[in-house]
Amino acid sequence: MHRVLGDRRAVAILLGPALLVYSLIMLVPMIWSVGYSFTKGNTIQGFTWNGFANFSRLWSDPNAHQALWFTLKYAVVVTVGQVLVGYLLALLYVFFLKRASALVRTLVFFPMVLPTVAVGLLFKALFQIAPQYGPVNQLLVDVGLHPIDWFSSSSTAFIVLIIMDVWRSMGFYAVLLYAGLVDIPDDLLESARLDGASGLRLVRHIVLPLSFPVLMSSLIFSINGTLKVFDSIVALTNGGPGSGTTPLTLQMFNTAFDYGDYGYGSAIAFLLTVVCLLVTLVIFRVSRRDLTKG
Amino acid sequence: MSTDTPMRTQARTGMAYGKRPPARRALRFRFGRATIRVLITLLLLVEILPMIWMFLTSLKSNSDYLDNSAWSLPRHWLWSNYSTAWTTGHIGLYIRNSALAVFPSLTLLLLLGTAAGFALQIMVWKGRNITLLVFLAGLMVPVQMILLPLFTVYFQAGLSSTLWPLILTYTGSNLPLTVFMMSTFYKAIPREMFEAATLDGAGILRSFWSISVPMVRNAILTVGLVEFFFIWNDLLVALTFTNNQNLSTIQVGLLNFTGQFGSTQYGPLFAAICINVFGTLLIYLFLNQKIMKGLTGGAVKG
Repeated sequence: MHRVLGDRRAVAILLGPALLVYSLIMLVPMIWSVGYSFTKGNTIQGFTWNGFANFSRLWSDPNAHQALWFTLKYAVVVTVGQVLVGYLLALLYVFFLKRASALVRTLVFFPMVLPTVAVGLLFKALFQIAPQYGPVNQLLVDVGLHPIDWFSSSSTAFIVLIIMDVWRSMGFYAVLLYAGLVDIPDDLLESARLDGASGLRLVRHIVLPLSFPVLMSSLIFSINGTLKVFDSIVALTNGGPGSGTTPLTLQMFNTAFDYGDYGYGSAIAFLLTVVCLLVTLVIFRVSRRDLTKG
Repeated sequence: MSTDTPMRTQARTGMAYGKRPPARRALRFRFGRATIRVLITLLLLVEILPMIWMFLTSLKSNSDYLDNSAWSLPRHWLWSNYSTAWTTGHIGLYIRNSALAVFPSLTLLLLLGTAAGFALQIMVWKGRNITLLVFLAGLMVPVQMILLPLFTVYFQAGLSSTLWPLILTYTGSNLPLTVFMMSTFYKAIPREMFEAATLDGAGILRSFWSISVPMVRNAILTVGLVEFFFIWNDLLVALTFTNNQNLSTIQVGLLNFTGQFGSTQYGPLFAAICINVFGTLLIYLFLNQKIMKGLTGGAVKG
């Protein structure tokens, strides 16, 4: 029996093509890219050996520090925003809308499937000040406030970015967390209620610990996605004003393709990869420890 | 949604008689029903109002857009903005390019992923766990890590003026998720099924194609939808490998649309955004339950 399910030739036929494509498109280029980070130059001009110069430049480059800081700030704020709003929505679905929530769930989820570029351009228009006030500024003017030039400073541009990304993905995280919340057995909630827990205390002591695993996976997924943010920032601010909203991904792209410096670009890509791995690892460790505690 | 309808009416009538499921009542805050209603309405407004505004703006003429309040309705419904976007704005061409890149990659992905999922989950051989892990590692690595070497290879192979760089890169970079999701689905199928087929004289490749593929048909559709949205909405790969406007995908084309017309043609710009957005919304309208299940399913494990 196991001779048939363990037929090596069949394994090769079924798995071989996928493994080949994966190796050629992903694995080999990854290693190659690490190699690039020790060189200077680009495809057109050729490459020359550069030693560790790219990494020491990364160490002292204020632009790279700013991009790294922005990436982390953006990832943390958006992750907290997405998961928090998603969790509140999920609580709303489960405990207030109950079975009637299917329609609301579906409606709030839809921005997730929209092209990020389209959403970015839309939000740019919603918050614009010139040549015509966008709906948001128009609203501010109509209620007697001053319009705000949202994209002229990196702090206000950052706010629009956060609003946009939370708007886009809160429905997604709501559905994700909803799946964890509906699994909580009814009798458990009922007995807690009989013991005198209600409202926020019930959430704090019963619902939150029980939905902890799905909350953690949401966090990991969200931080993994937000650290790699590219499309929405390019469409909304293109990294501006100046380089005020430039994450590592965009800085890598500009370094490689605007300045033709593949070596330094690869070094930035390497830094980004290390950050992604580290952050995921840390969250994983933390969540493990907490799970055994509670 | 359709499966929920009977339950929904049941819940409603239950509420009407004041007989809510007792356990869920456990979590009542001191909110009135009215507060919840207002909250829900606000939520839906925030989600849907931008869509409506975008659509109405796509029908405005330039002077209408520039002279009147952003909240005003279009004076004349200028449907010609859509044809301007489609032809003069090249949106038609961009959509064709996107389709030519997305569907070959999707076909390749599903073929490779289904076969690999079967080999990794159903078949028994040494090293399959480590192989699965190698695929999973690809989920964490940012695409930035593979762009530059691939750019060099495509350039030197003379593929730069074709859509092949997109097809190949999309296939490779989305394989980890596809393989992972497919092998999760295969996990649910008992191996005995294939042992029985073997007893009946079917070869393993035959079992794969005639027994397993029909069984995971639904899963293939789900994974296909998820990957479709990921690839269709991609900007980074498309921006890197298409330097020629005739090869631009819809996302790259849309991004450059603003530049092309300068700051003058707002109607067609919004029409182009609408075409892009309502295209994906149309798919969502029909397949929303499957899409929601697929996207969240791909997330928890990611």
